[in-house]
Amino acid sequence: MTISQKEVLKVANLARLQLSPQEAEQMTDQLATILGYVAKLDEIDCRAIAPTTHVLAIENAFRADAMQPSLSQAEALGNGPLQNGEAFVVPRII
Amino acid sequence: MELSALTIHESQKLLATGATSSVALTTAFLARMAAVEPTVAAYITENREQALLQAAAADSMRARGAGGPLCGIPLAIKDVICTKGLRTTAGSRILENFIPPYDATVMVKLQEQGAVCLGKTSMDEFAMGSGNENCAFGTPHNPWNRDYICGGSSGGSAAAVAADECLASLGSDTGGSIRQPASHCGMVGLKPTYGRVSRFGLLAFASSLDQIGPITKDVTDAAIMLNALAGHDPRDSTSARQATPDYTRALVTGLTGLTVGVPREYFGAGLDPEVAEVVRHGIDQLKAAGAEIKEVSLPHTEYGVAAYYIIAPAEASSNLARYDGIRYGRRDMEADTLMELYSRSRSQGFGEEVKRRILIGTYALSSGYYDAYYKKASQVRTLIVEDYRQAFSQCDILVSPVTPTPAWKIGEKVSDPLSVYLSDLLTIPGNLAGVPGMSVPCGFSSSGLPIGLQLQASHFDEETMLRVAYNLEQRLDVAGRKPLL
Repeated sequence: MTISQKEVLKVANLARLQLSPQEAEQMTDQLATILGYVAKLDEIDCRAIAPTTHVLAIENAFRADAMQPSLSQAEALGNGPLQNGEAFVVPRII
Repeated sequence: MELSALTIHESQKLLATGATSSVALTTAFLARMAAVEPTVAAYITENREQALLQAAAADSMRARGAGGPLCGIPLAIKDVICTKGLRTTAGSRILENFIPPYDATVMVKLQEQGAVCLGKTSMDEFAMGSGNENCAFGTPHNPWNRDYICGGSSGGSAAAVAADECLASLGSDTGGSIRQPASHCGMVGLKPTYGRVSRFGLLAFASSLDQIGPITKDVTDAAIMLNALAGHDPRDSTSARQATPDYTRALVTGLTGLTVGVPREYFGAGLDPEVAEVVRHGIDQLKAAGAEIKEVSLPHTEYGVAAYYIIAPAEASSNLARYDGIRYGRRDMEADTLMELYSRSRSQGFGEEVKRRILIGTYALSSGYYDAYYKKASQVRTLIVEDYRQAFSQCDILVSPVTPTPAWKIGEKVSDPLSVYLSDLLTIPGNLAGVPGMSVPCGFSSSGLPIGLQLQASHFDEETMLRVAYNLEQRLDVAGRKPLL
């Protein structure tokens, strides 16, 4: 299966990535090569096979509904590139 | 003997008798780092001042009779594991200034024992790569020959151990990222069973595959490190509840009664003849130690890379959505709208390989393609899990090469991502199946590059893996050989 530059740009937009025209061209070629290789999976008839998303049986991980120490507001905000001491600052959205 | 040339178990003896102190050990490693870092470049961030303070604290812990087996032991930590107050970049510009406000569970465990953190090691950005050439802060060099890659993605962690810049290190393995660099640097690398070690505080790449493990100078050290790391963690919901044994008790001589499986698909076309020869020699040693050798088949091995390059990017595209320029990491200060803020911050912050994988993953999960890619890859994963189940009904351990070739030259494959992906074909299936895997030094190529042997065991049977590794090590004259630096 091949992929067009238009599809690459659409996917980039979904992933919130901007690609320069040069990057878009290079990524299109490389993704086409990689997807071409991945098409190898079509050699196998998987219709009757259940998918595996996790290899080990997972039990629900419960914990007591009790107060625990957590990060302070200052610590939680500490890595924010733009914050006002109370919240992260974002561009106006309304 | 130089202190920096010691193993963990040798250092433990000197610390226990008072022949050395953690401050003396740590000082020796800091001096070694100053001497060889210009050549090796294994570290992104050195932790010089804190390391000495931690060493002094470890010495007083020991004097009080407190601390664990790793009390005072200087270690290096892959820069994808959160260290409170110490910059953690994941090898990415987007986290260039990220200072974690908390420690990963593995760090808490190491600190409780009194271990010392010498610094954070180089890696492919977000652990995506096989040569450590995708690091935003430079490429480390293989200590055995600096023109060659040290492997990846835990390249700095393997190079730092090989260059005696730490006693041992932590890496992470999503498709071979502990085993492959350990093999290329001639060190022992152990990827535990998925769930054996907590992932809390490990910056996520592909959550159903990622696992933290040690890179060490010998097998005994690997057992000591796994003792410190393994165990259930309520803060990782995928962490296993299995009891953890004392892994050092698995290190017994002799393999009588053990059946070693040799998967024929791992010796196929593309395997370098020197690698094949070294690994065959290793298998002969296991036979000499009393093991029965049996050919087995893992028929879907050839589909592992294709399935992995859907599943891992799909999970990565979701995990890396959190880097939005708002709560942490790089932010584009010129953006006027939220959409621009996201896309400009991410485009400037992520490197080429990370973008490529986010695009593959987003494509594979996008409407109309999900069944053809993600679902299909997950079905093939079932077949790979089943292959292992079948194989382990016939043998106790699988033996194979780690990689089809020794390390390649830095720069040789940068323009051909698919050829790099394919180089991981012997380590990827183990991650897809969640089984433990290990690379043990087995020999050298004619040009002097290390070659490892891979062991894979069934889920939660790290003990058998360590036992076989220990016997191999005893019968080969490889561990203890040092690169000239």
